[in-house]
Amino acid sequence: MVELWFWLVSVMVAIYVVMDGFDFGAGILHFFVAKTNEERRQVLAAIGPLWDGNEVWLLAGGGSLFLAFPKVLASGFSGFYLAMWLVVWCLMARGISIEFRSHVQDSLWRAFWDAAFAGASMALPILLGAALGNVLRGVPLDANGFFELPLFTNFGTSNPVGILDWYTVLVGVFAFVAIAAHGSLFLAWKTDGPVQARSVALATKLWSAVAVLWVLVGFATDKVNPEVWSALPHRPLGLLFTAVAIGGLALAFYGQVQKRYLRAFLGSGAFILGLLAASAACVYPVMLRSTLTHSLDLTALNSSTEAHGLATGLKWWVLGFPIAIGYVALLFHLHRGKAKAAEEGEGY
Amino acid sequence: MGDPLFWHRLQFAFTIIFHYLFPQLTMGLALLIVWLKWRGLKTGEARYDDAARFWIRIFGINFAVGVVTGVPMEFQFGTNWARFSDYSGGVIGQTLGMEGMFAFFLESSFLGLLIWGEKRLGPKRHFYAALALWFGSWLSGYFITATNAFMQNPVGYTVGAKGTIQLASFWGFVLNPWALAQYAHNMMAAVVTASFVMAALGAYWTLKGLHEATARLNLRTGIVAGFAFSILVAFPTGDQQGKLVARHQPAALAAMEGRFESGPRAELNLIGQPNVAARRLDNPVRIPGVLSFIAYGSFSKNVTGLNDIPMDQWPTAIELLYYAFHIMVGLGTLFIALMAAGLLLLWKGRLFTARPMLWALMLAFPFPYIATSAGWMTAELGRQPWLIYGLMRTADGSSATVHTGSAAFTLIGFTGIYFVLGLLFLFLVGREIAHGPAPMKGKEVAHG
Ligand code: HDD
Ligand code: HEM
Ligand code: HEM
Repeated sequence: MVELWFWLVSVMVAIYVVMDGFDFGAGILHFFVAKTNEERRQVLAAIGPLWDGNEVWLLAGGGSLFLAFPKVLASGFSGFYLAMWLVVWCLMARGISIEFRSHVQDSLWRAFWDAAFAGASMALPILLGAALGNVLRGVPLDANGFFELPLFTNFGTSNPVGILDWYTVLVGVFAFVAIAAHGSLFLAWKTDGPVQARSVALATKLWSAVAVLWVLVGFATDKVNPEVWSALPHRPLGLLFTAVAIGGLALAFYGQVQKRYLRAFLGSGAFILGLLAASAACVYPVMLRSTLTHSLDLTALNSSTEAHGLATGLKWWVLGFPIAIGYVALLFHLHRGKAKAAEEGEGY
Repeated sequence: MGDPLFWHRLQFAFTIIFHYLFPQLTMGLALLIVWLKWRGLKTGEARYDDAARFWIRIFGINFAVGVVTGVPMEFQFGTNWARFSDYSGGVIGQTLGMEGMFAFFLESSFLGLLIWGEKRLGPKRHFYAALALWFGSWLSGYFITATNAFMQNPVGYTVGAKGTIQLASFWGFVLNPWALAQYAHNMMAAVVTASFVMAALGAYWTLKGLHEATARLNLRTGIVAGFAFSILVAFPTGDQQGKLVARHQPAALAAMEGRFESGPRAELNLIGQPNVAARRLDNPVRIPGVLSFIAYGSFSKNVTGLNDIPMDQWPTAIELLYYAFHIMVGLGTLFIALMAAGLLLLWKGRLFTARPMLWALMLAFPFPYIATSAGWMTAELGRQPWLIYGLMRTADGSSATVHTGSAAFTLIGFTGIYFVLGLLFLFLVGREIAHGPAPMKGKEVAHG
């Protein structure tokens, strides 16, 4: 049961990254692919109806983590205190810019929200990538299972560590490029005209960078936390998801060559999903690694809710998850086809 | 001020009160929009749909701010109240998880359809979109109130092997009697807010001589709903809340009423200033017996005063709690009177020319917001010094590793962000009001 919940939480977080990832990516590329007001409204029309639902995966995933591993949530959120709030403030800025931008027909108003949207979209993958880097590197958990981390210390990976060091920043940059690449394929799929042409052109470059950075991050992870790689051969699920990630990457490239952008976008989603799930499989059961000693690690086993709560949660989870997937399917169905800027005064 | 607890509490109080300014209008307005759309569907008269279209635009702006201020609330459990989350996640994680899964997905999926989909969906399916959003927002309200109700009156849990609390009875927890009462009262209050806002705008336009049809519809809807729900807020739901507090949180009741001496035939204090150091209420104006009656249904029952409760169980901000409660109840009484007068004029057919009444209705809309905020302060301050009543003290629930410097930094950040957000919100709503209601553009495509 505990292992099952570990996977449910991991899957929800991975879905979150794939889903909100494409609208973050669209935000990163906003200024690069859309030059005129009409084009920017086209980008916003592509993600406008979807972004809030995408973000709910974070809330629902967080809720599942809260239910199943309250200690991990409590320790992680309070330990990364300042980074958490930077993430939340960026999420707020994005939401407001998407919703408010087109209400007023004024060039300065719109330029301001475009910048807020793009800026917050750029900061978020770096921060969230750095968070993943912290989980892989480890944090100084104490005997109570809590820790306190400053934003940065000396950028080295041994104690005293900070949230940002060379390794976590590297993972952040990788996340940034991967999310931008993911977004470029989404826009290639959902838009047409000049926005699509620019997205396609950028996609090729971004995906080459993703491939290079992936190798780099792989080596760096081995240096910072050798246990991840050494676990891989013994974790069938880890191997499976690594294969999914490689297959996804290949599909992302192949789809671009074929100019079948939905296919490429699905490949890119599989790449991200596979990568996160493979990492989860390799670190299991450790959820927060201690940089002090292994006996202080927070694991799925020592930080979980007791059996009755998990069993009860599973019942409504099994009911709720298909409903949530149904809403996503409905939304994509209703907004099928290429996104168009709406008439002034309406839409995003 | 050197104690991080102070900052954690202030940040939570500030951010939740700000957040709740928006959902209360969302939830109340959702019901009124469903009603307008329903009437439009039945009668085929354009004025209902014109009014609904206007309110849906306001709803959209309000909802967006509700969403972005709600997200930080979710994070605060982990960031600022880590020991509380660790201790209680096995129980309250259930409702918070369900809220995301069952309510937020629903709301976020149908929002766009309601706001931008009128033309595309046609009248019937647009009505269903309104219905879905009403259902989603009221469901969301239930899960969060049930979470709060557990903190007021913990039920359905056991203490687990590691000393944290664990779920024992799902239905016991979800159907907490406190949650049912609190939800009923709170939702009635949300409709009061929406009715007052609707009536205020109708009054404003009528006074200015603008948009006559929509203005009158707003006034009529706002006053009828406002009257009905102002009564429901006081009776039976507010009354029920009072009885629950009397039974389960005697210290909170005593502090809400500024009552220090115990005794039968307890008086209701209408006015007075609690003097906590001297343990008495200064300058009281009181009605004997009424408090006993409200709390226990009999004039002669004993109501315990603070003198008979150990000081370490006294609420920590008695003065504020006392005023918060009196402001809520005082305003609640005024709301009934105001809406009754409005209804009378409406019935006599004189409302649309009764300028003093229109002025009063126009200026009244902030007061339900004040009453609701005061109501939540009553509930949350009355719960002190407990974070989970009888189980965990507030001082033991905050994050141990977040120091004052970090907590103060984020509170100051929120103050700035919310100030700007509030201005933007008012600016955009002001523009919508200046635009007024608009007939539907383009031709209607009704399919299916
Ligand atoms: C328009 C807003 C409004 C109005 C007019 C009233 N209330 Fe209220 N009240 C609320 C809005 C509210 C609220 C914001 O919705 C609260 C906070 C928690 C809750 O469930 O509802 C609340 C809480 C609350 C509590 C505290 C419960 C606790 O400690 O947990 C009591 C005892 C009452 N109410 C009683 C009343 C009575 C007797 C009223 C008579 C007129 C009244 N309220 C009017
Ligand atoms: C599910 C709903 C809610 C939960 C779980 C909740 C929980 C909490 C927590 C953890 C605190 C901090 C500890 C404390 O000082 O008591 C708190 C404080 C507070 N909350 Fe709530 N709250 C909820 C809803 C609300 C709402 C809607 C409001 C008002 C609009 C509100 C008003 C306050 C206030 C004023 C405080 C400060 C109390 C103080 O300073 O001591 N709460 N609440
Ligand atoms: C600690 C307390 C609270 C938390 C953690 C919280 C969390 C949230 C979150 C995350 C959202 C955004 C959902 C989205 O992305 O679609 C939201 C919106 C909302 N919340 Fe809260 N909330 C709290 C208090 C309350 C209370 C007390 C109520 C009502 C009783 C409420 C009712 C709503 C509603 C109806 C929405 C929809 C958006 C809106 O109406 O503006 N919330 N909340």
